[in-house]
Amino acid sequence: MMKKLDRSTVGFWTVAILFVVLVQVLISTGILSNFWSTLLKLGAVMAIVSLGLNLIYGFNGQFSLGQFGFYAIGAYASADVTYRWVQLHTANGLVVLTMAVTLVGLALLLFSNLLGRIRGLDTLSSFGLYLIGVIAAAYAAIKLSQPLIAPVTNLLASMPENVALNVVFFIAVLISGILAAEISYLFGLPVLTLGSDYFGIATLGFTIIVKVLLDNSDTIMGFEEMKGARGMVGIPKVTTWIWVAVALLIVIAIVRNLLHSSHGRALISVREDEIAAKAMGIDVAQQKIFTFVLGSLFAGIAGALYAHINGFLHPNTFNFIKAFDPMIVVVFGGLGGVTGNVFAAFAWALILEGFLRIWLPQGFETWRFVVYPILLLLMMLLRPSGIFGSFEVPFIKRALPPLPASLTGESTNAQNGAKGG
Amino acid sequence: MTTSSSSLTQKVIQGRWIGKIMLILASVGVVWVIGNKAAENPTLFVQQIINGLQLGFVYALIALGYTMVYGIVRLINFAHGDVFMVGAFVSYYCVAKFGLHNWLSATFPGINPGLSILVGTISVILVAMIICAIMAITIERIAYKPLRNAPRISALITAVGISFFLEYFGALDFVFSPNFITYKRPFEVVTYYIKSGIFQLEKGVAPPSGSIIFSNIFIIIVVVSLGLLFLLQFIVQRTKIGKAMRSSAYDKPTSRLMGINVDSIITITFGIGAALAGAAGMLYAIAFPSIYFLMGVTPGLKAFVAAVLGGIGSIPGALVGALIMGQAETLTAAYISTPMRDAIAFTLLILVLMIRPTGIFGEPEREKA
Repeated sequence: MMKKLDRSTVGFWTVAILFVVLVQVLISTGILSNFWSTLLKLGAVMAIVSLGLNLIYGFNGQFSLGQFGFYAIGAYASADVTYRWVQLHTANGLVVLTMAVTLVGLALLLFSNLLGRIRGLDTLSSFGLYLIGVIAAAYAAIKLSQPLIAPVTNLLASMPENVALNVVFFIAVLISGILAAEISYLFGLPVLTLGSDYFGIATLGFTIIVKVLLDNSDTIMGFEEMKGARGMVGIPKVTTWIWVAVALLIVIAIVRNLLHSSHGRALISVREDEIAAKAMGIDVAQQKIFTFVLGSLFAGIAGALYAHINGFLHPNTFNFIKAFDPMIVVVFGGLGGVTGNVFAAFAWALILEGFLRIWLPQGFETWRFVVYPILLLLMMLLRPSGIFGSFEVPFIKRALPPLPASLTGESTNAQNGAKGG
Repeated sequence: MTTSSSSLTQKVIQGRWIGKIMLILASVGVVWVIGNKAAENPTLFVQQIINGLQLGFVYALIALGYTMVYGIVRLINFAHGDVFMVGAFVSYYCVAKFGLHNWLSATFPGINPGLSILVGTISVILVAMIICAIMAITIERIAYKPLRNAPRISALITAVGISFFLEYFGALDFVFSPNFITYKRPFEVVTYYIKSGIFQLEKGVAPPSGSIIFSNIFIIIVVVSLGLLFLLQFIVQRTKIGKAMRSSAYDKPTSRLMGINVDSIITITFGIGAALAGAAGMLYAIAFPSIYFLMGVTPGLKAFVAAVLGGIGSIPGALVGALIMGQAETLTAAYISTPMRDAIAFTLLILVLMIRPTGIFGEPEREKA
């Protein structure tokens, strides 16, 4: 049984695919230089990260600054896997990480099933139990995966080099996304019970802890190849425009369809009014954690794609000031808007990394970060509800309930509006 | 499965003992590790406590600015750490370029040099405080005031933008320059050691083993911070402006009805917070004499964490949080792991928030009406 496709759906996909193909043609014919194609990739990666954040903050109302922590986890995890394959010619990273991700995922499922039956268990206790389970699962994964390393390495080595690399890369992107999602589940469980600002601060803390751990990745964590604060080099540059574009389109489709479903309406209702949502029979805590995990999954995937653009990672890419970048993009695109968000991500990458590097005259290169905050301030003063306001392309607009006044103009949400007056 | 289990299990689960036991076990482990190492060398431990106090008081001055601004406008003012940086640079220029710390002996040549230095140091601190306050008030008027009725996130992004601007404008060659600058103290460092009595340590002489060392920097930091804290407490609790601040923090519309100019009260709050940050900038630079344009980021964040830890919006909370933060940082650096010093602040914060969701002194969040 075929569902009849909507005009807006067909239109959206045609335009999107045409755009992707056009850019690819421009890149392969060399009209778009390496510099600009890298910027486009960065823009698409930022679009994925900020869509994840938009789900968490724009649609579910959880003020999170932890998006870049999960981005960093995705980036470093996938980079480690591909690095081991390319430089050390072993698939041990791939096998161990896949096994760990699977077992930890199973452990989390099992525990959530078991603990869900116990009444009166507080978050701290359940967090502790989850932690024990996860550590046990990870330990088991490391032990269990040892015999599998050699056969997998041989299997991959028998493939053509290019194919093997892309297979490893693809799996690495997926499992690093899932790894970020699992960590976000574990972290989100206790933290999502906090009030809005405190949640933001705790997630900011998460980003900073991740950054400090990455700074010491070669000493404390024992990953020699990550080289700590010196920056990780030698990652294969396998992210092509097609990879990021396809990932972005898939993410857009997931977000759109999610928001179109009853699940999506439930998570939007949590943003509007938690108590009313609870009264309607929505499991608020579950909606929050679901959105947080999904947003972090996107962040992890985007991080994995980002790691393979330049082939170089440095902990300072993920520091606390950069952690605001996705938030800035989300606010510029308009909170709770998908179209504006994607455009803002590309515009952000092109302006900050592109135009501000090219337009500034000789001798004024250091002014880049002086001009950028001024642009930021002007934008905030002139268009506080984002460049696009509440505009959406028809494909996505159909899925969304009309935006409430709280997002288009007056205040972020009713709770703070009452105090902010 | 739960209905058939014994009453003890029920009690353990419903009394939330599982989580508490784990937390207690973890903290006992940490205390055991630190206690073991401290027992090996008790003087080192006392030394670390003194260092932690010194750091904690500086953090307290910064944290007060965060907590006051948050209490009144519910804005996390991320630019506050950079105001702190500006305070350090202003005092540096006062001392190294203009010689402001010598103005008394320059105008009255025969004066007691000790008195001259004392007055000079105080005037440098005052200049740093005033310039920071003026800067913060300007920023508030230009950037935050037009956004009073905008969504809170706009003001937050603006604060991040201001922070960027102060940092990278300061990094330009003709402003502060992007290099590390060695700070010039307005006074000579005098070191003391405690070993059955307090003695002054001669320059270039190693202190006797087993003694605790502190310098006049520690004394200056503690005295200035405590003085400013009491002054602030006086302003907030005893003056009309303080009363207006407290009432605006509690309920803005009603305060307006009572004839309080809430806008100017908010501006004054920003100014007071920035003045404290300016003083903190100078004290920090005296203690760690190397300044550069990003120096405000880490202390700013730590102070912010301290404010949240103590319960954001509460003034005693900021002091307590900052002292805890200072101790946690120095003890971690000394006994657990130096590089993890910066992460420990946030680990502590997340743990405290799990137990007390609004900080140590914070009021529980009001239920939505």
